[in-house]
Amino acid sequence: MNITRNLLIAVLMTIATTILLGLVYPLAMTAIAQAIFPDKANGQLVMREGRVIGSRIIGESFSSPGYFHGRPSAAGAGYDAANSAGTNLGPTSRNLVDAVKTAVAAAQKENPSAPVPIDLVTSSASGLDPHLSPAAALFQAPRVAAARRASEADVRRLVGAHIEPRQFGFLGEPRVNVLELNLALDEQWPIRK
Amino acid sequence: MTANGWLQILVYLLAILAVTPLIGRFMTRVFARERTWLDPVLRPVERSIYRATGVDETRDMHWTEYAVAMLLFSGVSMLVLYVMQRVQQWLPVNPQKFGAVTPDLAFNTAASFTTNTNWQAYSGESTMSYLTQMAGLAYHNFASAAVGIALAIAFIRGIAQKERDSIGNFWVDLVRCTLWVLLPFCVAGTLLLVSQGVVQNLRPYDTVTPIDSKEQVIAQGPVASQEIIKEWGTNGGGFFNANSAHPFENPTPLSNFVEMFAILAISAGLTYTLGDMTGSRAHGWAVWGAMAFLFLAGVTTVYWSEARGNPILAAAGADQTTTALAPGGNMEGKETRFGLANSALFATVTTDASCGAVNSWHDSFTPLGGMVPLVNIVLGEVIFGGVGAGMYGILVFIVLSVFIAGLMVGRTPEYLGKKIQSYDVQMAMLGVLVFPLVILALTGISVLSPTFGLASLSNRGPHGLSEILYAFASGTGNNGSAFAGLNANTKWYNATIGLAMLVGRFFMIIPTLAIAGSLGRKKRVAPSSGTFPVTTPLFASLLVSVVLIVGALTFFPALSLGPIVEHLLMNHGQVF
Repeated sequence: MNITRNLLIAVLMTIATTILLGLVYPLAMTAIAQAIFPDKANGQLVMREGRVIGSRIIGESFSSPGYFHGRPSAAGAGYDAANSAGTNLGPTSRNLVDAVKTAVAAAQKENPSAPVPIDLVTSSASGLDPHLSPAAALFQAPRVAAARRASEADVRRLVGAHIEPRQFGFLGEPRVNVLELNLALDEQWPIRK
Repeated sequence: MTANGWLQILVYLLAILAVTPLIGRFMTRVFARERTWLDPVLRPVERSIYRATGVDETRDMHWTEYAVAMLLFSGVSMLVLYVMQRVQQWLPVNPQKFGAVTPDLAFNTAASFTTNTNWQAYSGESTMSYLTQMAGLAYHNFASAAVGIALAIAFIRGIAQKERDSIGNFWVDLVRCTLWVLLPFCVAGTLLLVSQGVVQNLRPYDTVTPIDSKEQVIAQGPVASQEIIKEWGTNGGGFFNANSAHPFENPTPLSNFVEMFAILAISAGLTYTLGDMTGSRAHGWAVWGAMAFLFLAGVTTVYWSEARGNPILAAAGADQTTTALAPGGNMEGKETRFGLANSALFATVTTDASCGAVNSWHDSFTPLGGMVPLVNIVLGEVIFGGVGAGMYGILVFIVLSVFIAGLMVGRTPEYLGKKIQSYDVQMAMLGVLVFPLVILALTGISVLSPTFGLASLSNRGPHGLSEILYAFASGTGNNGSAFAGLNANTKWYNATIGLAMLVGRFFMIIPTLAIAGSLGRKKRVAPSSGTFPVTTPLFASLLVSVVLIVGALTFFPALSLGPIVEHLLMNHGQVF
């Protein structure tokens, strides 16, 4: 056995493979991805009136009554897309239970007639979940309809039209993209500023 | 639980079953240096790497030289990663102008990525430059995976050959694994992930103006090329803090399926390679069966527990009923697009393997749901396991199983024609015992210290113990997932978990290679009526029992003080 020789090989091997796997591979993949899927590779940014208003697949914060609100977020101060995070609170955490109680109370005040769906009052894993379950979106229909002076049935129909089914009919869960739904709301019932 | 949820789990297992012989056979060919359809492209690249580095590809190594070469390569590449993090502020491709990583964190991260753990005490999008991510972290995803697979192959060679002193050439195994097994899938997988919306760019973070809030900064980066090797090499280190829960790492249910598939495919294939190279395919399938049984037991428990939900949140007024329009169950720390079934499946898969990627936060699972990932890790991550590491891990348990069977029938134990003698069993026990010793000792010390140990907790009560136990289990087991409420970026945790990762990797590998060397030198004896067959369901169930008994003997007391007591208290409505 020759330790010096193997050490020399180890150094050269680290250099050679770093060039191949750490530079050539990711840079070539970037070039190909940018050529074939430019929109997807750059984060599916959405433009409106000449401004970038977000990414189609990254949740953003909504708080006005006339918009559908996403799930509670633990990313930074809320939907901070440079600080993704969950709460990491455990099932017997008093902080978790208090947060859920507060969220449930606020939700019930807006819509006393329906049970509060669990995903509406619990934080997502990334803090950037772009989706709501259909139930959590429909739950907010009365508030949104009132703020937009639209009929609740029309707003529910709009939500229904935005339900994304499971991929290939069985993968994942049905869901509603909050940003897309809110953009559709603005088209249909603009808020006068 | 829903029928559709079970359908997804079933389709997943069938996909793994289907790929096992394909990839297993392919790996046999690659490591036996037979021709494959990729040779016209890859063989010239391979030759030029040998020329540039001075490797003599015809030379075989004794197990000690194999081990030394592996340690030198790991040491050198770990040092490079440490230095790269310390000087990233002066290097290019750093559009966010991130500064140097602190020494303790840089050590922890270098140890983490070199050992295939990918424990992350940092948050990717606010710490690491694009260059560090690509050439430092993602590079080690390839290197550490290739090292693991090379070692597993060396072990299998030891079993398969007779009366030979050498077990192959480390450098050749490393290069062939990288070029044939890792790289081609990653090229295809990167593009598949980008087609689903995983980003792949070098642009600075975008500052956007949302329609109902102030500005939002959106982190970007060369994510897809790193994402795919993160799973294919069972590494698990996320580009972003939220790992595979982040929509830019895992945007759709299909990307999620691809990522889960990539985690177990190579390890499942290695069971077939084991059978193929040792001339007993039935043995490979028996091992596969034992692993699949433990996999199903795990995923069933998590899915059931998460779908059952948290009675304390139900009492708080949240509706946890599963309907066609609502996920129900325990949705804290889970993403809407994945729901309960895919979160439960991902958590099981990532801890069966030593991957550690997560698409939901295990810390926020129900106590029994969160116990399964922890148990999967402390069993040694041998349920398919990490690439290579799962194979040499289960081979240690197989040696113990045939030894115990030999004791029961009163004959010298044999494994595929090789006599298992006291040296082999001593080495196997060394590998098995280092693991609980490190985990339990470091957990014990941390729990006793209010300043450096307990101050990092974000959850109180029994859940706090689970957080610390999980951290050391994950580090020592080279998993890398976390009960992430624990703030592990402190000097104490960076240093101890860093050391635990190195011990858990290399103190496991060296006894394993010693067994390989010892078995390789032995004669092959013909099976007799006293030989315990290793191809039967009886063998598979003995193997399952040995894995479970060893795990229970060492970890049951700690588990009962953590997740089990928390489960009882949760049902009682107790909060902390």
